[in-house]
Amino acid sequence: MENPPITIASKSKAEKRKKSSLWGQVLQRFLKKKIALVGLGFLLFIFLFSLIGPFFSPYATEGVNPTQINLPPSSEHWLGTDKLGRDVLTRLMFAGRISLTVGVGAMVLSVTFGALLGILAGYYKGIIDQIVMRIADILMTLPSLPLLFIMAAVMSEWKVPTEQRLYIVMLMLSLVGWPGLARLVRSQVLSLRERQFIQATDALGLRDHRKLLNHLLPNIVPLLIVSGTLSIGGAILSESVLSYFGLGVVPPTASWGNMINAANSLIDFQKRPWLWIPPGIAIFLTVISINLLGDGLRDAIDPNMKRR
Amino acid sequence: MSKALPLLEVKNLKKYYGDSSNLFRRNPEVVKAVDGVSFTIEKGETFGLVGESGSGKSTIGKSILRLSSITDGEVLYKGQNIHKLSKKDMRNLRPKLQFIFQDPYSSLNPRIRIGDAIGEALIDHGLVDKSEIRERVLEVLDICGLAPYQIDRYPHEFSGGQRQRIGIARAIILNPDFIVADEPVSALDVSIQAQIINLFSDLQKERDITFLFISHDLSVVEHLCSKIGVLYLGTMMELGSRDQLYGNPLHPYTKALLSAVPVPDPTLKRERIIIKGDIPNPADPPKGCKFHTRCPIATDMCRIEVPEFREVEANHFVACHFA
Repeated sequence: MENPPITIASKSKAEKRKKSSLWGQVLQRFLKKKIALVGLGFLLFIFLFSLIGPFFSPYATEGVNPTQINLPPSSEHWLGTDKLGRDVLTRLMFAGRISLTVGVGAMVLSVTFGALLGILAGYYKGIIDQIVMRIADILMTLPSLPLLFIMAAVMSEWKVPTEQRLYIVMLMLSLVGWPGLARLVRSQVLSLRERQFIQATDALGLRDHRKLLNHLLPNIVPLLIVSGTLSIGGAILSESVLSYFGLGVVPPTASWGNMINAANSLIDFQKRPWLWIPPGIAIFLTVISINLLGDGLRDAIDPNMKRR
Repeated sequence: MSKALPLLEVKNLKKYYGDSSNLFRRNPEVVKAVDGVSFTIEKGETFGLVGESGSGKSTIGKSILRLSSITDGEVLYKGQNIHKLSKKDMRNLRPKLQFIFQDPYSSLNPRIRIGDAIGEALIDHGLVDKSEIRERVLEVLDICGLAPYQIDRYPHEFSGGQRQRIGIARAIILNPDFIVADEPVSALDVSIQAQIINLFSDLQKERDITFLFISHDLSVVEHLCSKIGVLYLGTMMELGSRDQLYGNPLHPYTKALLSAVPVPDPTLKRERIIIKGDIPNPADPPKGCKFHTRCPIATDMCRIEVPEFREVEANHFVACHFA
């Protein structure tokens, strides 16, 4: 009677050894989140669609063809053509590249700024904290959309070349994106620095850069991953809004936002739904997948944060 | 001076909290967590600091290693005032002065493997060549009773006692002269406590480390310490060698504490001194002798006059009018 429990115990111990690494455990929990996996699947599909899709398309993104304007979807043009005779499906793929680049780029920039400034403000407190947080407060009190409009208008005034507008849009989005993140990071760091293991680094006399990079940063990485992922969705939406108003990425460069903008006349809206429904669906699917993925990651990384 | 310099000398240490009145805030309520404490620790000695919670034990421990600032007083390590050292000098001194934390669950970074946690200070201070680090870590793991294969594990894979061993390993790998151990066993259960205490006494014998051992457990202190200070509300009540304090306690507070230590002999009849009430609010300590509100022998004099901390016999100090 005594043998079976022992084998069970040793078996579960062996299993435990396998998933010893922290990220291994996160992966295991993540793989149990069906909805998040669906989000990840959609996102992968959209990435591949945008990155590899164009290679299979017989049309060029700026392939203007005056003989084939405003055609409805057919076997030749799966999603029809626009008023310049360009293939909508091909443009959708290229626009995806732009929108995803802007989203991810803006996220990387705002996470970098936000994490850096948040850690510095939270760890050193005092005057650095005051300066960083007051700037963040000012940026947060200004409504972001008008701010973006003004910056975009200035950009148009300065006649920024269209290829470079993409990068400026990223910078603009990260400028309005970092304060929220810096606040999150700062509050996390403020609570971490009171923990004994950070006090222990004082007792060991470690250098500041080691305290910040080896001890504080790894403890906020989960936060950065989750809020970074979720902010991609926001950045893609903002870029679409800006581009819809013709202030973000401007034609001939395609983005999902300015593709919808191209269909803003009543006739296009009523008679040619193939112009605006596909980019709309693309934006919707991307953002919702990112949010599902972000939620799943949050639950997987920190089960205490939200457990149902 | 013919007498050798003591390893550590604490002179009139004061730490007040809440003294933060400024233009926008009046904050007259100052908590005197430590109010003028002095003692010396000789090399190789283990000094025990006992007292109730809130008596300022941990604050003293942290102030000595400059982990928290002080309001007034001096902490001299081999004659150097630790609180006056430049940032650079302090960093160079850090490896010599180590701290062992009370809570083994929060004193280890959950995202750092224990081998790295133990070895990183050696790397950061450039004390050992990178190729030798692993060897050194394995060496201290062995001393602290941990197995070599555990070097690559994360803190959450260890029990409380093992974590405390890791905390000790992290401190001793730097070859410190002096370690402050802040209630290192109070978070552990009794059987584990004994193992950790034995580890401490091995370290005392083999490594010639001087300890400041903070505890509220008098039997632990008796086992480990050669010199003991009794704190009450941030003030030293009695200070003496172990034999003086346990053999001939002079302060009524010390007597009460000692009479509360359980003795594993049910037939033994002892005089049990029970002190009534709680430790008073440190923001509003009693006038005169701080202990008079709970003292069984207090008189009017105790309510008015602060007793002097005087030497009653050689190296045995007490702050009581009747000692």
